[in-house]
Amino acid sequence: MAVRREFADRVSAVVEFRAASYRIGAREILKGLTLSIEAGETLVLLGRSGSGKTTALKMVNGLLYPSAGEVLVDGAPTTAWEPVRLRRHIGYVIQEIGLFPHYTVAQNVAVVPRLENWDAERIRARVDVLLRQVGLDPEQFAGRYPAQLSGGQRQRVGVARALAADPSVLLFDEPFGAVDPVTRLDLQKQFLALRQDLGKTSIFVTHDVREALMLATRIALLCDGALELLATPRQFLDARGDEAQAFLECLAWKADRR
Amino acid sequence: MNTSLASEITQLTLEHLTLVLISMAIAIAAAVPAGILITRRAAWRPWLLGFANVMQTIPSLALFGFLIPVPLIGGIGKRTAIVALVLYALLPIMRNTLVGILGVEAAVRESAVAMGMTGSQLLWRVEMPLAARTILAGIRVATVTTIGTATIAAAIGGGGLGVFIFRGIASVDTTQILAGAVPAACIALAADGALGWVERRWTTG
Repeated sequence: MAVRREFADRVSAVVEFRAASYRIGAREILKGLTLSIEAGETLVLLGRSGSGKTTALKMVNGLLYPSAGEVLVDGAPTTAWEPVRLRRHIGYVIQEIGLFPHYTVAQNVAVVPRLENWDAERIRARVDVLLRQVGLDPEQFAGRYPAQLSGGQRQRVGVARALAADPSVLLFDEPFGAVDPVTRLDLQKQFLALRQDLGKTSIFVTHDVREALMLATRIALLCDGALELLATPRQFLDARGDEAQAFLECLAWKADRR
Repeated sequence: MNTSLASEITQLTLEHLTLVLISMAIAIAAAVPAGILITRRAAWRPWLLGFANVMQTIPSLALFGFLIPVPLIGGIGKRTAIVALVLYALLPIMRNTLVGILGVEAAVRESAVAMGMTGSQLLWRVEMPLAARTILAGIRVATVTTIGTATIAAAIGGGGLGVFIFRGIASVDTTQILAGAVPAACIALAADGALGWVERRWTTG
């Protein structure tokens, strides 16, 4: 908290939702979300399937635009950003990873730097640094294709790719959802270590309450498209609301069995 | 084999190859962009695919015949033959371009967009390389079919190896028919093998 107060003077919200709604036809997927994410924090959007958390995330990098209200990135509404500029400024990691199968690991990581026309030497050096940061030996992995990697390794490459052009915000959409629990814990630890080193602002979508408690500086609990609760992990553990209780029960059940 | 037959085989084979190459070049230049277009405009899909489909259902001899009275593109000769061969080759190339691009994983496309690729970067750096094998397979099918169909071009004065075949049928001369059919089959096999090799070179995706 002390750190946050130090920053508060100079840094306003990096991402800000202002009564942002999203509807498809008559269905309102997100209902007037108001929320601001400050520099350096990891805000976890927690919720069940269909709670609107992925929709909220996609509004940040302009994959979706609010049908009412607005989303501000670095003080400007996403609608005022040129979409390509906005997206190159934000890292994005998804569960299916979406590595390019025809590119090697190094080429995958280098996608955004190449789009930004960095020179070859700078790209090579950057790829080396990034692969080390996510715990992959460049000599061993740079030349491989995604099909030659394990699920956990692919996800690491996905994270390295998102970090490549040093974006100011990182978005994670259930990035560790498809890997086995042991690998998952590994990746979560890596995430915490990276946050320690890089201090990036992150928005992280998950339905796993344990993951939320482990990674979040704040948790935003979404239910049926509405913000139910905004709390630090410590506050979340004492939360009284039905939806929060429902998620906390997932933890309790595991504890009882022991 | 006498020398005059041999030299005629060489000459008509070259003529045949020219017909096929020109037709395929035009067909690829038209059908690949058309295929890309209908990945972007779903509403145009039934129209363009429907047109190419109808063209293919017309029996080849009839299509050549239909074109003769058409002004500008019709008449007797090579030009009409090329128009007909192009119309025939459109469907497999257009359809495979569409299928190849739509076959790119949604997550791959979403990451490309989310990384800030423009529409043309998405197409040329991601979709086309990943669809290349499928598109090439379409071109291969179209090429082999065109080599066979091109023999019918002789019926409307288009030349090529069909000249032997029609002459052989008219004079009930098996040698003449074989002089047309065997080289045509050889070209088809060679083209199939060569394009198959290129296709296999695309090992990723």
